[in-house]
Amino acid sequence: MKILIPIKRVNDYNVKVRPNQANTDVDLSNVKMAMNPFCEIAVEEAIRLKESGKAEEIVVVTIGDDKHQEQLRTALALGADRALLVKTDTILQPLDVAKILTKVYEKEAADLVIMGKVGIDGDHNQTGQMFAALTNLPQATFASKVEIDGNNVQVTREIDGGLETLTAEMPAVITTDLRLNEPRYASLPNIMKAKRKPLEELSLGELGLDVATKVNTIKVESPPERQEGVKVETVDQLVDKLKNEAKVI
Amino acid sequence: MKTLVIAEHNNQNLSAATLSVVDAAKKLGRDIDLLVANNSCSSVLDEAKSVEGVSTVLDFSHEKFANEIAEDIAACVVSVKDDYDFFLTSSSTSGKNNLPRVAALLDIQQISEVTEILDEKTFKKPIYAGSCIATVQSTQEKNALTIRTTSFEKASGAGGSANVITKDVPETESRKSGFVKNELTVSDRPELTSADIVVSGGRGMQNGENFALLEAVATKLNAAVGASRAAVDSGFVPNDYQVGQTGKSVAPNLYIAVGISGAIQHLAGMKDSKTIVAINKDEEAPIFKVADYGLVADLFEALPDLESKL
Repeated sequence: MKILIPIKRVNDYNVKVRPNQANTDVDLSNVKMAMNPFCEIAVEEAIRLKESGKAEEIVVVTIGDDKHQEQLRTALALGADRALLVKTDTILQPLDVAKILTKVYEKEAADLVIMGKVGIDGDHNQTGQMFAALTNLPQATFASKVEIDGNNVQVTREIDGGLETLTAEMPAVITTDLRLNEPRYASLPNIMKAKRKPLEELSLGELGLDVATKVNTIKVESPPERQEGVKVETVDQLVDKLKNEAKVI
Repeated sequence: MKTLVIAEHNNQNLSAATLSVVDAAKKLGRDIDLLVANNSCSSVLDEAKSVEGVSTVLDFSHEKFANEIAEDIAACVVSVKDDYDFFLTSSSTSGKNNLPRVAALLDIQQISEVTEILDEKTFKKPIYAGSCIATVQSTQEKNALTIRTTSFEKASGAGGSANVITKDVPETESRKSGFVKNELTVSDRPELTSADIVVSGGRGMQNGENFALLEAVATKLNAAVGASRAAVDSGFVPNDYQVGQTGKSVAPNLYIAVGISGAIQHLAGMKDSKTIVAINKDEEAPIFKVADYGLVADLFEALPDLESKL
């Protein structure tokens, strides 16, 4: 079985991102970048499937400029076998990303595609579902458990009411939720080894795709600040404030 | 052209989230139709046609809708696409699962988690875990939006008298997935995303048993119980309790955060609450920066004390 893992380069999740001076976009200058945490979970799940003998090959792919090689090398150091970089300087939206991934998928013919459920930057939560639609593959989103059973994959999903389990015939698309696994760290020898693993570059043109921005960001601002309130000394004071000042109980 | 709202329900009742989406849909100034994919469920259809502001209910009835599969829902929406230039649903896990599939099939770049509709092409939505608010403008003729329900009012569930039209359920071309089982949390409490009061616990609760202390307070207040990611990851409570960027967004009248430090990812899911109370023994905890009332105290003393005084 071959697994395709699309990953995304985003801000480090510990960094609080702010609008730029002109309020036209976010300010990412000097912001530490990293692999999207949900993508790390996808990579980890693929490695575990390979370690358990269920998968033979793991291919990671991302889309962007040369800096994106860093995240691909990270995935290779963690245990992916090969990497693909679709080169573009254009900032892409989920639908375009899904279209590009569709082309990559047609080329790679993977049996399973695992990707993060959401990028912590745009908070779209769309690409996996869109990719599944465009490839006409079954989708199992927000996965907290993945079990391969012959030609099927059984996925437990985190939904608002609790958990739901689906089964899907492979090839299938899975998007990862937080509790699917705890990603490992790359060891130093593996980081060295990753430098020699294959990393192929493709251009958007080679994939025969034109992308077009359909939704423009016209302003980015900070949310209204909440006023810091008061400290109360005792539970009695708290109850009094809630009853008589805030009038919420 | 009209607006299509994809209704959410549990084959018994219409979800409150759908009422909020209808309220948002009204701001687009078009007739509003409600798509109800259901398993011959007359109670949901009755509720759907009574929602104020809805013109027509599209009844897609089939036994396969006993459980919802994104591929099937998307096929229903695509079968009626020509009548609509807006496709709306809530940003629940159901909406997040279904709508991008629909949008891609219609070649629409979806806009997620809309918190404000400025005009029919311009919307506000949080990005970067709510650290920033983006105003985005669509150049598309047709648009698909998931609605953050806590940012909108609820349309009245009564007073409407929509027509109900029975629609042919399309075959889902080569569907290759199927439902296996649900493990849903059963609770007598109000639903987390629509409760007036939410009491949430974090890592400071130390274990699942200690959540009984929170539950006791919640019972007195008729509140829902939530949790931070740390508490869910530690196995204190199930995943559906999680409030935050990757869990649920809540905006109750009163949010009581107990033993929660206040990571930005948690704040993203609750900082629109009207009144916020923080109880934490660490007076430096960031949660106090957003709290209207902060109590620096050991929660194991404060919670029983609070419960006895409510």
